[in-house]
Amino acid sequence: MKTTVIIFPGSNRDRDMIAAITKISGHTPQTVWHTELEIPASDLVIIPGGFSYGDYLRAGAIAARSPIMDALSKTANRGVPIIGVCNGFQILTEAGLLPGALMRNAGLTFVCREVKLEITNAETQFSSRYGQGEIIRCPVAHHDGNYYADEAVLKKLENNGRVVFRYAEGTNPNGSVNDIAGIINERGNVLGMMPHPENLIEDAHTGDDGRRLFESALGLVA
Amino acid sequence: MSIPNEIQITPEMISDHGLSNDEWQRILELTGREPSYTELGIWSAMWNEHCSYKSSKKWLRTLPTEGPRVILGPGENAGVVDIGDGDVVVFKMESHNHPSYIEPYQGAATGMGGILRDVFTMGARPIAAMNALRFGEPDHPKTRHLVSGVVAGIGGYGNSFGVPTVGGEVNFHARYNDNILVNAFAAGLAKADQIFTSQAEGVGLPVVYLGAKTGRDGVGGATMASAEFDDDIDEKRPTVQVGDPFTEKCLLEACLELMASGAVIAIQDMGAAGLTCSAVEMGAKGDLGIELDLDKVPCREENMSAYEMMLSESQERMLMVLRPELEEQATAIFEKWGLDFAIVGITTDDLRFRILRHGEEVANLPIKKLGDEAPEYDRPYITPGKYNDLAAADVPQVDDYSAALITILQSPDIASKRWIYEQYDTLIQANTMQVPGGDAGIVRVEGHDGKALAFSSDVTPRYCEADPFEGGKQAVAECYRNLCAVGAEPIAATDNLNFGNPEKPEIMGQLVKAIEGIGEACLALSMPIVSGNVSLYNETQGQAILPTPTIGGVGLIADYRTSVGIGSAGQGDIVFLIGTEATHLGQSIYLRELLDREDGPPPPVDLQTEWARGEFVRTSINTEYITACHDISDGGLAICLAEMCIAGQMGATIEHQSEQPHASLFGEDQSRYIVSVRPDYANMFAANAEAAGVSFSRIGEFGGNALTIGALISISVDDMQHAHENWLPDYMAGK
Repeated sequence: MKTTVIIFPGSNRDRDMIAAITKISGHTPQTVWHTELEIPASDLVIIPGGFSYGDYLRAGAIAARSPIMDALSKTANRGVPIIGVCNGFQILTEAGLLPGALMRNAGLTFVCREVKLEITNAETQFSSRYGQGEIIRCPVAHHDGNYYADEAVLKKLENNGRVVFRYAEGTNPNGSVNDIAGIINERGNVLGMMPHPENLIEDAHTGDDGRRLFESALGLVA
Repeated sequence: MSIPNEIQITPEMISDHGLSNDEWQRILELTGREPSYTELGIWSAMWNEHCSYKSSKKWLRTLPTEGPRVILGPGENAGVVDIGDGDVVVFKMESHNHPSYIEPYQGAATGMGGILRDVFTMGARPIAAMNALRFGEPDHPKTRHLVSGVVAGIGGYGNSFGVPTVGGEVNFHARYNDNILVNAFAAGLAKADQIFTSQAEGVGLPVVYLGAKTGRDGVGGATMASAEFDDDIDEKRPTVQVGDPFTEKCLLEACLELMASGAVIAIQDMGAAGLTCSAVEMGAKGDLGIELDLDKVPCREENMSAYEMMLSESQERMLMVLRPELEEQATAIFEKWGLDFAIVGITTDDLRFRILRHGEEVANLPIKKLGDEAPEYDRPYITPGKYNDLAAADVPQVDDYSAALITILQSPDIASKRWIYEQYDTLIQANTMQVPGGDAGIVRVEGHDGKALAFSSDVTPRYCEADPFEGGKQAVAECYRNLCAVGAEPIAATDNLNFGNPEKPEIMGQLVKAIEGIGEACLALSMPIVSGNVSLYNETQGQAILPTPTIGGVGLIADYRTSVGIGSAGQGDIVFLIGTEATHLGQSIYLRELLDREDGPPPPVDLQTEWARGEFVRTSINTEYITACHDISDGGLAICLAEMCIAGQMGATIEHQSEQPHASLFGEDQSRYIVSVRPDYANMFAANAEAAGVSFSRIGEFGGNALTIGALISISVDDMQHAHENWLPDYMAGK
């Protein structure tokens, strides 16, 4: 089982992600630097959180034009599962691998707190270890997580079960449209989400609600 | 030797550089001729208060700085303390007060940048940050703007860099109206045998510049920090630096990779007085001369003079001496991280600090004398007067204690600071075991099963104002207490001493007495001071701030699973008070918030009692029958219990009878804790406390959804939470 974590200058939750994957799967992921042109054969590719290029221009905008991105598109087209968390989600939307955009939080400030997520589609390869409609805990930490897409796109997302995670119980921290926290692409192999499941995977984090996401994606039996 | 002096030095210029007549005479002697303008800048940068500690050095020397765990004490970028298994914690606290008042976002951001650099310059990866903030009174027209800017600046920098903020403190007081305080703390982890310092070794080795380009920002910043503010403050905005956390993050990774490659002989970050201080430090510590060719320095602006380049405080820059044979490897690392670098100089054996610009020598000074011969003053001081005792019986009581509790819960100093700390990434690195809002932040040490570090930042400025000696003691004692309250063994501390103008004997008296108090407490509680920073001249229009010696303490936890928080009590757990009933209302929050008085002596600290109770609480927590713990500080017993109830979303019923209920409920007598104990262990706990000779009483139990204290207080947890949580967001929203 091979996981690849792509690292950009300014990525800063790469270490969290690597530690989480190592603890959950027993295998240490390989890392790929943004200037490389190929992604080695992988069962799962992850773009971690952070502030790639300092969020300059727009969060994710510069990273989306990095040399590695061609290879990422090809990997996505081959159907390999890809997860973008936080800045990773921003990069995926900027690269056009996921629809919509992530705007500045409605409250205009960075927000780091725990929210509740509803599993709105438990039949994706990223959420199969959760129950449909289950409410889980998950931390967020971002400045630009206010998801937006136009009516037509939203309709497609909603009607095709492509909204996988929704902020629940009035905990939407950023004003995202339809309380959207995470979506998948049409094919179902690319997931983008603002919350940080990698920061809630063990007792030391006071809970492990984030763990099953990775177990799902890695095809692990809990 | 002669150096062409294109700019004639005038007496005004000398005083504008913050140099006295005597200092100028000494400079003439040491230079052996009239210095050039660039040299004047260099002398002034090295001899200002901020860099030379000339007013405080005599007193700082009295602080205990050694201990069995101390590997490096004050004098380097940060202190280094052994935490076992070959690991060390590297930490320091530093102020960025003046810049943050002038331009709150960038001032606070670059304060974060500076302290993080201090830590990773030594080879440590930053793992935790805290910040201690003091603002003016909430009604002051600038306060809201300053709070919002400072918090956004700290968050903007720290979040992007990727360090969790795990603690801090915030006070509001009119005495900070025109001079806020922003004290930033950072701690990092390294291996004991892989610590890097600024001490250069070897002659003829390349001096390498790495990081951001040099611009005109911050020219004269350190000199600004060594003077009082006046009406021209807005003109000083150009002396505030601009931060770029992205470059800093790349610099961190590049430096750590470079250090691991074995190429680094010496390294020093460019902080106050940039290129000047860093180069002088490297040479002087290594008994070497340094020659710099400024034409090689990467610049952001055109036509910068040697003077501007030597005094620029542009951020995110490093100076290093590298092994020439590993140059290729080093270059690859710099290029990978997209950082500017250049060989800008060479180490020499002549102990001179030589600066070339456009092929001409513009400075040639004795490198060791720049630092070693810096003036040291024994400034006259007046021991501050003390308040007469204030007996509780002479302090009015209130009619409604429930209402009093709510008033205090929603007062600016006590109200929840959630609005602030939720703007900081508290979870990044996935090792945060306790987030802000409790007594101390806890961060797990990677690579070990249970090992963790605890961090707390403390000082009670109103106590220091009333009695600097007791206030200094109390700052250390409270820090010690907060660490014990989560189950950590306090191992060392850093101090950030913020005071007014030391040339005034009454201010100097505050500084001297506070240091005396800090020293006594550090010694008694085995918390050596391993690093620190002094910020003087915190005055505007002649009005000084409250004396504010912030203490940042670090504690060691063998197994974080045994640590506790303030909100972790279980239903039916027994409430014990460690310590005795309070009687002291002098300088209390009760006095200030309910009676509008700020008088009386602060509560004294008995250091032996502090130690005995701290040891007992800590060891009890480690044996796992304590479920929650909170120290009793601002606001006394009632506020302590209220905070535990709010954090745990659970009520408590407390037995209470007192002749002086105001003192008993809100008195701030020191060295006290509330602990909750599982009912089946309550008798054993009591027996242990008895055996340890620690004063205690069993006062009630947790449960229900209201806090009831005797017949005087009964409030629902929801109401308390509402009062506690809403003040700051409402205030910031202008409500």
